[in-house]
Amino acid sequence: MAHQILETNRGASGLVLAGIPRRGVPLAERLAVAIEAAEGVRVPVGALDITMYRDDLRSQPTRPVGHTRMPGDIDDAVVVLVDDVLFSGRTVRAALDALGDLGRPRAVRLAVLVDRGHRQLPVRADHVGKNLPTSADERVLVRLAETDGVNEVVITKATKTDPDAATPARTGSSEGAN
Amino acid sequence: MRHLLSAADLSLTDVGSILDLAEEMADVQHRSIKKLPALRGRTVVNLFFEDSTRTRSSFEIAGKWLSADVINISAKGSSVSKGESLRDTVLTVAAMGVDALVIRHAASGAPQQVTGWIDAQVINAGDGMHEHPTQALLDSFTLRKHFGADSGVDAFAGRRIAIVGDITHSRVARSNVILLKKLGATPILVAPPTLLPSGVDSWGCEVSHDLDQVITGVDAVMMLRVQRERMSGGYFPTPREYTVGYGLTRDRVAALKPGTAICHPGPMNRGLEISADAADAANSLILDQVAAGVAVRMSVLYHLLGGEGES
Repeated sequence: MAHQILETNRGASGLVLAGIPRRGVPLAERLAVAIEAAEGVRVPVGALDITMYRDDLRSQPTRPVGHTRMPGDIDDAVVVLVDDVLFSGRTVRAALDALGDLGRPRAVRLAVLVDRGHRQLPVRADHVGKNLPTSADERVLVRLAETDGVNEVVITKATKTDPDAATPARTGSSEGAN
Repeated sequence: MRHLLSAADLSLTDVGSILDLAEEMADVQHRSIKKLPALRGRTVVNLFFEDSTRTRSSFEIAGKWLSADVINISAKGSSVSKGESLRDTVLTVAAMGVDALVIRHAASGAPQQVTGWIDAQVINAGDGMHEHPTQALLDSFTLRKHFGADSGVDAFAGRRIAIVGDITHSRVARSNVILLKKLGATPILVAPPTLLPSGVDSWGCEVSHDLDQVITGVDAVMMLRVQRERMSGGYFPTPREYTVGYGLTRDRVAALKPGTAICHPGPMNRGLEISADAADAANSLILDQVAAGVAVRMSVLYHLLGGEGES
């Protein structure tokens, strides 16, 4: 994926990686390390919390808000949004809104580790680690060493008590339902 | 959390969560676009039966930056001045379909009373001599930053904080005592005997009548405004005498430990409870308190209105 990003951008200049918490942030860090190894340039990494921009904020109990920290000005930068799973596309829509409140990037691209399909919005990723065909009632869990102590992608059958998988209309919580 | 009526309503977890989110909200103040969509479509009414500059305007800015529709109603210039009762005013406002009511009233317990009349969520923005919970939250937010801890609530463990002046009439003092004790700090009340309320022993605080003795050993001094509008007289002989006994004078500023925070909830009576030297000192956090007001109130509004139902 790091090589794909460099190829599309024709090098690392002007790049900013913006991870969507929680797991998008360590993934963005990992991409920055891979880009540095390939290109010898350290690309700035930020975190872009999208909680306040979710379209289901009102229908849920009050959600904890994460950190938004962007490495400097994003005007005229090429921002690559990084997330673990691409599902309905609603997280990405929220992220685009959040980004619009922070500045005006020259271009925004999307990099996801897993694209599991079932889009509800016209969103397509530019860089995908793995396309993973799933049924709508399955869950895809990405676990990372930084947040979960282990690196793995797990597909589970949703249980009746699992609201995330039963209603894919909700934007994700980095639990694969996004 | 449905309403915010008292600092006592907040668990330690609530306080930590409100202060942590306020850190995030404080960053919004430095953005070119000061707007978050979290409360889009919600209506917040600031219902102020008493005069206010900073509390009302910071609630207004906080609501607007979170994209809520904010309406301000003050007693002067509204039907309250024609004799309408609190209950009728509140019912009228609530009938317009508001989601939250930020209320300031001269009667202690008024916001609590209001919760029984309407469905909207209620935030106490100062009720009589009772409480002012968002002021205490913003004081804690400002002090936590000053003590050098951006997260966690343990910045207060072992800290000694003097609250000086008119304790009897101060809702700020009451809310601060509750919150600071909750956070693990030791509040010390410093006032002449006439300005200490009866039953102060039950607050579980140290009490002193000697400011000079206390200020050399504290991490922060919170000066309180001498509330001349609430005093019918007889609390102290003359303003001059009050300043000599309990004002934060230049000499007392010099006696503070280095780095001791100076706080004042405003508006200040310069030359009475606080000297210009103290108000403008390098370790004065008075303007930081004002700036924190917006961030903390954004956080409170989000915690109360940001979702549906209990979290």
